[in-house]
Amino acid sequence: MAAKTLTIDGKHVSVDESATILDAAVDAGIYIPTLCHLDGVYDVGACRLCLVEVAGSSKLLPACTTKVSEGMEIQTDTERLRQYRRITLEQLFAERNHVCSVCVANGHCELQTLAYRQGMDHVRYDYRFPQWEVDSTHSLFGLDHNRCILCTRCVRVCWHIEGAGTLNVSGRGAQARIITDLNQPWGTSDTCTKCGKCVMACPTGALFYKGATVGEMERDRTKLEFIVTAREKKQWIAD
Amino acid sequence: MQADQTLETKPQSGQPARLRLATIWFGGCSGCHMSFLDLDEFLVELAGKAELVYSPVIDVKEYPQNVDVCLAEGAICNEDNRELLYQVRQRTRLLVAFGDCAVTANVSALRNQLGPGNAESVLQKAYIETATANPALPGEPGIVPPLLPRVMPVHEVVAVDYFLPGCPPPADRIKSFLVQLLEGQEPVLTGKDIKFG
Amino acid sequence: MDIEDLVEIAEKERASRKKHVIRCCLAAGCMASDSKGVKEALDKAVQEAGLQDQVEVRGVGCMKLCCQGPLVQVDTHESGATVQVGDDNQGPLYLKVTPESAPSLIATLTGGQTSLQRGNPKAPFFTEQAPIVLANSGIVDPERIESYIAAEGYQALHDVLREMTPKEVVDTMIASGLRGRGGAGYPTGLKWATVAKTPSQQKYIICNGDEGDPGAFMDRSVLESDPHCVLEGMAIAAYAVGANQGFIYVRAEYPLAISRLQTAIKQAKKLGLLGSGIFESPFTFNIDLRIGAGAFVCGEETALMASVEGLRGSPRPRPPFPAESGLWSWPTLINNVETFANVAPIMRKGAEWFASIGTEKCKGTKVFALAGKITNTGLIEVPMGTPLRKIVEVLGGGAPDGGRIKAVQTGGPSGGCIAAEELDTPVDYDSLAKLGSIMGSGGMIVMDEATQMVDVARFFMEFCMDESCGKCVPCRTGTVQMHSLLKKILAREATARDLQKLEELCDMVRHTSLCGLGQTAPNPILSTLRFFRNEYTALLKDDVHNGRNKNHPAPEPAPAPAAGPATGS
Repeated sequence: MAAKTLTIDGKHVSVDESATILDAAVDAGIYIPTLCHLDGVYDVGACRLCLVEVAGSSKLLPACTTKVSEGMEIQTDTERLRQYRRITLEQLFAERNHVCSVCVANGHCELQTLAYRQGMDHVRYDYRFPQWEVDSTHSLFGLDHNRCILCTRCVRVCWHIEGAGTLNVSGRGAQARIITDLNQPWGTSDTCTKCGKCVMACPTGALFYKGATVGEMERDRTKLEFIVTAREKKQWIAD
Repeated sequence: MQADQTLETKPQSGQPARLRLATIWFGGCSGCHMSFLDLDEFLVELAGKAELVYSPVIDVKEYPQNVDVCLAEGAICNEDNRELLYQVRQRTRLLVAFGDCAVTANVSALRNQLGPGNAESVLQKAYIETATANPALPGEPGIVPPLLPRVMPVHEVVAVDYFLPGCPPPADRIKSFLVQLLEGQEPVLTGKDIKFG
Repeated sequence: MDIEDLVEIAEKERASRKKHVIRCCLAAGCMASDSKGVKEALDKAVQEAGLQDQVEVRGVGCMKLCCQGPLVQVDTHESGATVQVGDDNQGPLYLKVTPESAPSLIATLTGGQTSLQRGNPKAPFFTEQAPIVLANSGIVDPERIESYIAAEGYQALHDVLREMTPKEVVDTMIASGLRGRGGAGYPTGLKWATVAKTPSQQKYIICNGDEGDPGAFMDRSVLESDPHCVLEGMAIAAYAVGANQGFIYVRAEYPLAISRLQTAIKQAKKLGLLGSGIFESPFTFNIDLRIGAGAFVCGEETALMASVEGLRGSPRPRPPFPAESGLWSWPTLINNVETFANVAPIMRKGAEWFASIGTEKCKGTKVFALAGKITNTGLIEVPMGTPLRKIVEVLGGGAPDGGRIKAVQTGGPSGGCIAAEELDTPVDYDSLAKLGSIMGSGGMIVMDEATQMVDVARFFMEFCMDESCGKCVPCRTGTVQMHSLLKKILAREATARDLQKLEELCDMVRHTSLCGLGQTAPNPILSTLRFFRNEYTALLKDDVHNGRNKNHPAPEPAPAPAAGPATGS
């Protein structure tokens, strides 16, 4: 196990050569904002919030997927990076319908938290207000595309932790969306094991446990009727 | 109302001129104003330093000239909102988007998701389909303002100087903002004080 | 198959050459105006005239002057020599040939007359070209391997396999100075060297034929016109880097290219020019086709590889570069169609010959698809460093109907618009980059005075928005916002604040996007802003309601209405 030494924001850091810049920063107690990264699943470098400046590189590099190298000089919190991160967050808020005040994840949302941590007090771009559906066909969970930021954490845990391969991405660009199986209602999925890892992985309120929002209670009265029938007709029959 | 009388108190001679403060209520639920009233005893202190010149909680018909600070609650939903906002912008030094509806358009803008023509379908739903009596679209030229095609946050219509998000912004947050302003500082809100929702 | 067999095929092919060879373009452009019907009619007319022994009607690839198609050219000579461009044996070139006019065309061979419009093969459009990649285009029959072999085809592969070490091949490529023709211009030899040096038990070669830029059709033409030269280039590359399997990734919108490649691969396999033990050497190489499903982003190499693997075609961060970890994580050499098409000529004629063409930093030639407001729409191949003015005015014949050229768009949606006053710029990677555009894969769209540049930017942004894969945030959402800001400007509803936001977004999307699609998406805006900023500002409206705010404390010319609130927007 060889170690690499580098500096992050002027701080000398020594980490294993297999580490990413993000690993090294976490090790050194330096905060780099992330959104699509989730400890335990592979990284895709999609949200671009963890971009850092590396001396000698003309390009900004994602901390989550870039391996450390000897002598790297990394800046994680320059004015330029702060500006880009803020725009990225504004873009995410403008993209779909992130209405914090009526979201199940209000106060427990990584997007919301990142926004105020990065000083985003309003969104300068026009909100898109797209029409997205909520898939509430699953018995335990719901999928609200309005709140999805396409970080694909759910897809990755579904394939690589649970191994079910239920969730995936369909469509492209602004029309890209999370789908279940062959783009069918989640409740009809044959592969979903109902493990709930996707819900745990979701940074926003896009994936949620049912029963958590207003007007969601469903009653199963058949059991009650079964007993009533038994009492009245002295028979254990369903009707 | 007790608070009104306190706020109406004239400045003592020799003291610096009080800040001319306004609050205004566009397309919102008035929750932000309720939160403003939750400032409780700070309202008394505020009244000593600021003169409330326009607000839903006082009886002033026209938005006055030379307002120093205006807290604007609510999204811009109809033509009346928009014209009033233009007037507010012209007559106000510092315009503050007050609460999530003003900052993000929030719940007031849910109809935007229905796409073009949403104004008609929203009215149809509210005044025809779900009406229990006398189903009819409200309409009285010059009195009932037509809905805008799309609900907008305040800064999409005019320039906004400060943003005070929250649904509603908690009283502490409002206080922190006003105190900085009254002390002549550039109000800066950070961390959870700019949290939406 | 050994060299004697190859020579025999070539000689037999040359010996069977008839007195008249009537070349009929069967590339997609002319096919769209029924050149297939023309070829059939020509065949029939030859039969009817009883000239079968003297006349061959040959379906060939692109004859370049696409706007005048279907094109037919008659070569007449006694010997079996292969015709070259500019060859004196090249006979009359007929334009816009119809099946009905075929008999009259055949009649000219026996002294008859035809009313068909004649083109001038000595026009600058043809004579100013310097074909290497397109040397066989419009000459050989792309559906017959013998035709390619007769034009010295597969000789380079033989010589490489039997006389050169892989390292010598790589060194030759480095010495040639060839740079990747897909757009970025990375030195090809260097790329080959990296893959060659990466130790691995398995390596792959990929030919990127996912040409997707609006207005670009260079790769399509090469694949349709001379598929074997791409196969040969790939085989040489495979030998050089130590790969035994190649993939050609072609977009499904190119059915003719796909079918010609399939035919070519089948023929090459049959002759033992692909497969195991090629030219009785230990070298084994196979090529398979992979058909793209119509996503522009799959032209990006990491997305392309994901697509070849059967995954969703979305890019991944580099490094690692494909040369280290590519297809199924094995080292992979990925080059563009045109790059591979340069390989066999370089091997045949030598690195020095190639390096003598072009400029100091950009060697060889470049194929361009000339389109837009230009007299001669079509395909051209010119030496690197040829001034843009020469391309559009001399070869292209300028704007039609005496119009004035306003700008030239190069590089497709990743490129930019170059203003007319910069037309003397030599066309090479670096000069175009200096002007905020790129060489790109070779699309060149000429615009005249009637073109509204903001609308051009909007068009390309719409393209990028639709083609963004949606993986990374800046590209997925930034393109949507930039497009909507451009639409707002075009609708005269935007203010100076909006323009500022647009520029800020361009900067952000450019520097933070994951792959080249996003990183270059703002280029059409940035380059039009650079040369035509006034067209943007002319569309802006005054920000009347924002005269007064903390950033502008002094009220600007207050539009204070006499009475009542301000109205309108």
